Amino acid sequence: MATTQRDVLLDPLINNNPIAFQVLGLCSALAVTTKMSTALVMALAVMAVTALSNTAISLIRNLIPPSIRIIVQLTIIASLVIITDQILQAFVYDISKQLTVFVGLIITNCIIMGRAEAFAMQNPPGLSFIDGLGNGIGYGAVLMAVAFMRELFGSGKLFGITILPLTTEGGWYQPNGLMLLAPAAFFLIGCLIWGLRSWKPEQIEEDFHVGALLEPGHEGSVR
Amino acid sequence: MLEHYLSLATKAVFVENIALAFFLGMCSFLAVSKKVSTAIGLGAAVIFVLAITVPLNQVLYSAFLKQGSLSWLGLPDVNLGFLTYLTLIGTIAAVVQIVEMVIDRFSPDLYNALGVFLPLIAVNCAILGAALFMVNRDYTLGEATVFGLGSGVGWAIAIVALAAIREKLRYSNVPESLRGLGITFIVVGLMSLGFMAFSGISL
Repeated sequence: MATTQRDVLLDPLINNNPIAFQVLGLCSALAVTTKMSTALVMALAVMAVTALSNTAISLIRNLIPPSIRIIVQLTIIASLVIITDQILQAFVYDISKQLTVFVGLIITNCIIMGRAEAFAMQNPPGLSFIDGLGNGIGYGAVLMAVAFMRELFGSGKLFGITILPLTTEGGWYQPNGLMLLAPAAFFLIGCLIWGLRSWKPEQIEEDFHVGALLEPGHEGSVR
Repeated sequence: MLEHYLSLATKAVFVENIALAFFLGMCSFLAVSKKVSTAIGLGAAVIFVLAITVPLNQVLYSAFLKQGSLSWLGLPDVNLGFLTYLTLIGTIAAVVQIVEMVIDRFSPDLYNALGVFLPLIAVNCAILGAALFMVNRDYTLGEATVFGLGSGVGWAIAIVALAAIREKLRYSNVPESLRGLGITFIVVGLMSLGFMAFSGISL
C-alpha cells in the first residue's frame, strides 16, 4: 500500500507529467508564466482544486449516474474554483487581478477533468486525493520551470527581486523582450518536452489516437 | 458604430487570436490538428458554439449576475456575482447538449460532420475563456456577438493552419525526441510569432 501511495504521488512528477506527457491543462500553463509569483499562485490553486475535486468526486463516485457524470463533475469543480477565486480575491488581490480570467479557466483545465474521469471515478478517496496532489505538483513544477526562465531572462528578476540588473536601470543585462511574449512560452515548453524525451525516450508518443479522444469518458484525454 | 464592430472583429480574429495570443483551447488545438479535414470540422463546431454561447451568456450575465442587475426585481442590493463561473459553464454545457440534439434531429449531414466534436467542446477552454473575457471587458450584446463569432473564426483559422503545417511536417526529418508534441509546440510558437505581426492593426 505504501508503495502504491508513493507511486501515485510521484509518478505524475516526471514519468507521467500532466503537461509534458499527458498533454493536459496547457491553456493556463502558458498564459500565467511571465512571472514566478503568478505562476506560483496558479500552481497552488490548481493543486488545491485537483486534490479536493478528486476527493469529492471519489466520495460520491458510486452515486453518480454515468449519463450525467460530466455535468456533476463540472459542477463540483466549478464550485471549488469559485471558492478558490474568492479566497484569492480576499488574500492576494493584486495577483488575482493579474490572473484575470485564468482563475475561472481552472474549471476547464483538462488536468482536473482528466484526473476526475481517469482516476477518481475508480479509486477510493484517500488515493484520489494523493493522485490529485501529485498531478497538481507535476503541473506546478512545469509551470515554475517555465516561469523561472521567462521572468529571469525576460525581466531579469525572480519573484520581483532583481537578479540580473537591467541596462535601463544602470546594470549590464539587456532583457530579452521575446521571453515575455506568447511565442516564448511555446518554445520553452517545446524544448522542455524535447529535453524530457531525450532523457526518457519511452515517453515519445505513437501517433495521437484521435479516436480515443472522442470516446465518451475521455474528454480532454489525448491518449 | 460599424467601424467599432469591425475593429472588434479584426481584433478578435487576428490581433488577439484566442489560441495563439491567449493559449485557449490548447488541449484540443494540439490533439485534433493532425489532419486538415478533422481540424476544419472542429473549427466549424467551435465557431458555431462560440457564436451562440457568448451572446447568450452576456444576456444571462447582464440580467441576473452583474452588480445591481437585479434591480428590475426590486432587489438592487443583491449581488449574485459569485455564481458567474457556475452559470457560464452550466450554460455552455447545456447549449452544447441542446445543439447536439437539434442538429441530430434536423440535419444528419451536419451532425455527421460536427456531432463527434460537440461533446469535446463543452470542456474546451476557448469557449469558457471567451465568455470570461466578455464578462471581464463588459461587452454589450452586440459586441458580445461580434466577439464570439470573431474569436471562433480566429481559433478555426489557427487550428486549420496548424493542421496544414503538421501534414507537411510528416515528410521532414525531425530529431527523434522532438517528434510529435515537441515540434508541434515549436511550430505553434512560430505561428504565434507570425500572428504578432498583426498587433497594432486597428480599423
